[in-house]
Amino acid sequence: MRPLESHRRVIGLGNAWRGDDAAGLACLAALRGRVPADVALIDSDGDPAALLEQLSGAALVYLIDACRSGDLPGTVHRVDVAHHPLCLPNGATSSHGLGLATALELARTFGQVPAQCQVFAIEAGDFTLGAPLGAAVRTAVERLAQEIQCRLSPPRPARSGSEV
Amino acid sequence: MASRTLRIDGLTRVEGEGSVKLQVRDGEVRSAQLRIFEPPRFFEALLRGRDYTEAPDITARICGICPVAYQMSAVHALEDALAIEVPQAIRDLRRLLYCGEWIKSHALHITLLHAPDFLGYDSGIAMAREHGAAVRRGLALKQAGNAIIAALGGREVHPVTVRVGGFHRVPHPRELAPLAERLRWAREAALETVRWTGAFEFPDCERPYTFLALRHPQNYPFNAGRIVSNQGLDIPAQVFEERIREHPVRHSNALQAELLGTGAYLTGPLARYSLNFERLAPIAREAALAAGLGSRCTNPFRSIVVRAVEVLHACEEALSLIGRYEVPAQAACECEPRAATGMAATEAPRGLLYHRYDLAADGTIRLARIVPPTAQNQAAMEEDLRRFSGEWLSGPTEMLRRRCEQLVRNHDPCISCATHFLRLEIDA
Repeated sequence: MRPLESHRRVIGLGNAWRGDDAAGLACLAALRGRVPADVALIDSDGDPAALLEQLSGAALVYLIDACRSGDLPGTVHRVDVAHHPLCLPNGATSSHGLGLATALELARTFGQVPAQCQVFAIEAGDFTLGAPLGAAVRTAVERLAQEIQCRLSPPRPARSGSEV
Repeated sequence: MASRTLRIDGLTRVEGEGSVKLQVRDGEVRSAQLRIFEPPRFFEALLRGRDYTEAPDITARICGICPVAYQMSAVHALEDALAIEVPQAIRDLRRLLYCGEWIKSHALHITLLHAPDFLGYDSGIAMAREHGAAVRRGLALKQAGNAIIAALGGREVHPVTVRVGGFHRVPHPRELAPLAERLRWAREAALETVRWTGAFEFPDCERPYTFLALRHPQNYPFNAGRIVSNQGLDIPAQVFEERIREHPVRHSNALQAELLGTGAYLTGPLARYSLNFERLAPIAREAALAAGLGSRCTNPFRSIVVRAVEVLHACEEALSLIGRYEVPAQAACECEPRAATGMAATEAPRGLLYHRYDLAADGTIRLARIVPPTAQNQAAMEEDLRRFSGEWLSGPTEMLRRRCEQLVRNHDPCISCATHFLRLEIDA
């Protein structure tokens, strides 16, 4: 199945070479092989036109990105963007500043936001060029991967006689 | 003496960060400054000591919108230094890659950055609520450009296949076939975009620019041609630095350029179009005339229509190149380093982009010089502000601010390249 034919998609955003900015991509990498075959895992550089295509036609999309809000590194923010806008960053007024929030608001205008659409934003601590993920962000990435794996995997049938 | 200062701090819908300051005395605009305060990025210094083979990938990082332009000027300048003549098949593939970048860059600027000015919106998102079909069309056009770059370059931003002498990898014809289908749609969408932008209302602002662009004997210019102007200049890229001087100004972190003996000049879509109208594909020429453009365009506000015409030309050109594509016998020519200097200019979406490299015998870059289009256009943009903003001084400040921002956006400045961009400051 091609990624954009799947109704369930996980999109990881970020820059692999800018320290904790790679959190979304790292989480996507951690999910490979751990989610059902119908789930598409998509790398994104955040280009809004590409994101619009990646959101279009899906029933469920999880978007994972790094953020900086002032919380401790590794904190995971969850925003239900199917029902609430993601704050547009100040100065998002050049094409260098267009990104996830712009794409989501354009998608909302066009009625293309999936019925289930959630942003997982991992608080970043360090965007140094060439730096690896910080320890707190690494831990958060693994925990978030587990959470998303659980959300996307069908519940296991209860084993008979296991109830106590 | 009545005086007034208008400052626009943080110009919006341009690439990068900058500002505008107008000084008004006795109801006249005395000076206009385009202030580029983005810090210098030192790419030329960064290239020194690196191997010549690294230049296309390093310079591509100057811009995420027009990396192909930097790669093209770099490889042509280095091939000039190494006396490499690439075969026509490689030249054609480079043209195709450049078509992708023009489509991508122009479609984005037309749709999300420039059109809101004409339709009275603060942003592309606000405009999309009432002009959804046009915004969707523009973004889909941009994606068609991206698809060309991804197919040839390996990815949509900062392509990885370009090298001195050719490509690291060339595509199989079956990889290009899906592009043709998408481009046939894109050609129609571009035609519709020409009609759409041609119907906008334009202020009556004409001025006698000195235009500077490449001119090729047969083709609308991308990678090849001599540097010509509408004032009689006709030079190869090798003497660019003898005729064009860059100088620092206090108010900008980007060097300004002047054509010796002439002064400020304009490069970019208006210049390319006005100096090469008859080289456009027939479909683009006809659409331009039907949209109200002549064979020259000296109204900077109409640059949005010219960009749409160039998108249409690029779609037609790309289809033609794909239609006759055959896999080149060699993906790249052999390159032997030598001590030499090479220069080249190509046509980035925003205008002429000049590179020069001095190489040591082992191919180490001893000196690099890069003159991006936005740096060249700074003085012309300031002249636009000086000449035209007086018309709006008597109106509300908000309208003046919008018009001044639009005057700058008309030229789609890339301050990331020039060093990046916009704030309006009026001193009156």
